[in-house]
Amino acid sequence: MPYRGHSRVSSMGELAVRVEGLTKSFGSVRALDGVNLQIPTGSVLGLLGPNGAGKTTMVRVLTTLLRPDGGRAWVAGHDVARAPQAVRRSIGLSGQYAAVDGNLTGAENLYLVGRLYGLTRVASRARAHELIERFGLTEDAQRPSKTYSGGMQRRLDLAGALVASPAVVMLDEPTTGLDPRGRLDTWAMISELVADGATVLLTTQYLEEADQLADRIVVIDRGRAIASGTADELKSQIGGERLQVVLADAGRIGFARQVLADVGTGEPVVDEHLRRVSVPVMGGTKALVEALRRFDAGGVEVLDVAMQRPTLDDVFLTLTGHLAEVRGEKVAGAA
Amino acid sequence: MIERVRERPLLRREGGASTLRRESAAVRGPSTQRPGRSAHRAPRAGALSTLTQAIRDGGVITWRNLLGLRRVPEALIGMTVQPIILVLLFALVFAGSLGGAAYREFLIAGIFAQTVTFNVFLTTIAMANDLQKGIIDRFRSLPMSRVAVVLGRTMADLGVGVLTLVVTSVTGLVVGWRIRGSVLDALAGFALLLLFSFAMSWVGVLVGLTARTVEVAQSAGLVWVFPVAFVSSAFVSVQGFPGWLQPFGEWNPVSAVAHASRELFGNPTQLPGFPESHAWPAQHAVLYAVLSSLAVIAVFLPLATARYRRLASR
Repeated sequence: MPYRGHSRVSSMGELAVRVEGLTKSFGSVRALDGVNLQIPTGSVLGLLGPNGAGKTTMVRVLTTLLRPDGGRAWVAGHDVARAPQAVRRSIGLSGQYAAVDGNLTGAENLYLVGRLYGLTRVASRARAHELIERFGLTEDAQRPSKTYSGGMQRRLDLAGALVASPAVVMLDEPTTGLDPRGRLDTWAMISELVADGATVLLTTQYLEEADQLADRIVVIDRGRAIASGTADELKSQIGGERLQVVLADAGRIGFARQVLADVGTGEPVVDEHLRRVSVPVMGGTKALVEALRRFDAGGVEVLDVAMQRPTLDDVFLTLTGHLAEVRGEKVAGAA
Repeated sequence: MIERVRERPLLRREGGASTLRRESAAVRGPSTQRPGRSAHRAPRAGALSTLTQAIRDGGVITWRNLLGLRRVPEALIGMTVQPIILVLLFALVFAGSLGGAAYREFLIAGIFAQTVTFNVFLTTIAMANDLQKGIIDRFRSLPMSRVAVVLGRTMADLGVGVLTLVVTSVTGLVVGWRIRGSVLDALAGFALLLLFSFAMSWVGVLVGLTARTVEVAQSAGLVWVFPVAFVSSAFVSVQGFPGWLQPFGEWNPVSAVAHASRELFGNPTQLPGFPESHAWPAQHAVLYAVLSSLAVIAVFLPLATARYRRLASR
């Protein structure tokens, strides 16, 4: 179904989302404390942070569910505070908790959303059918959605965000609470959406997820954006991945050091006592395979090999000096 | 900062490997096009007046709510079994001591009035339920009318009102109640009951949106609905109340609705042994019932709608 309701964003160049100095408080807690963001049209921004950092508050402001206390935000060229209805026409939202009607079947849920976006009966029905098929819910399309598994409900919720083929898709922690299989499924679906250049705002607690899906990442903590850049930039800021090998024979440490110096991006670190050599690397697995190939060719016996990936905690430790901590439950719920 | 803007397909793929790709290509249509031009999309801004959109979207939500009631018939069963039990209880158990056949004639309009008053429970709980489940967030992120959710709730519950009136009427007929007035008057009687039911639903929306949890909504409903429904002429004569309570009973809209229904169905408007009330509401029961219903709507519709809108600024 061709959809050309794409909003013109000429007034702000090629930005699909622009956020300037956004603030929002709940009581004494500043959920958003002067956040600035820009999402170029057709790119994916990952908003990374722990529970209570302000991610959901940001999504709720950008989807017009919450009025900011201060600052301004534009989505698809429309001011969220002054033209909320125009913003709503340009967005699709999939929340942290599946917002589907359990009494309605999968198909009926999508039909309902289509009708409320202003699609005709015929178009809504066709769109629902199309999305049901695409999201692999065909067999369950006629069952009330409350009988669906958690993963299926989330898929249905995600489908709901795409009914009107919106210009900007906001996904609030799309994989939180899913099992590994559900997470991979959801990633695959988002990747497909993203591969064709949809503008997406994605919030997540997982660096790995942001790395997989986002063009750029903004790290948010206590309502403030504390870092931004590509995943690679962030990782290099915090030292990136490290390749580490443990050798069987201490006599070959010199050889191993040379190999790792070649495949790594920095100076290898040697621990003679543990026969351990490690080096920061870029493009993880390639370096790993290359190193192992050369160890093999050189007849070096490797006891243990590991890739150490930076986690959200590493990012936070480096950027803020404190670990990613969860703020009070109340805030986590609201924010 | 490196902005890696992804490559976009220039053409929509025909029959590509994945429908998602086709779809997303469509999503990414040239940005020079104005919104709302798609043939599949009704133009929203400007073209549809606020009222037309409210009615259209309200209709969609009504459909959704009725479907929900059908899928989870427990609430519906409760709403329809309850008047049956009350009719049978009063007509078979209490009527013998309260005036026999004459009481049965008097009773049914009272059950009608009480039943449409109790409709408020259904609305309150359904509204609180939606709020608790998070579906309201989805609705609020959609470009739909801001009154559609509350309008759709009251319209669906009006449908339930029709069903409960039918059930109560049939049960009444079984125990000997008859419509003794004209067909036109009887239709006016049912219309009046539905108007009051609709008015009560708006009260229910406000309570449900304020309560936030289903449990609170349930108990909040009980606290005020029972006195309002029973301190009235629905089941007994207001003249039997203590003097200080009589004005409340006389001016209670539920009394007026019961009294007006009795007039319109051609049933006795007073119990044997009690004098006709000379209070203004009893003398102008139909007028007062209509006016108080309209007054309730005039007060609670804007309050409920404002409450729904205010949810956005939490």
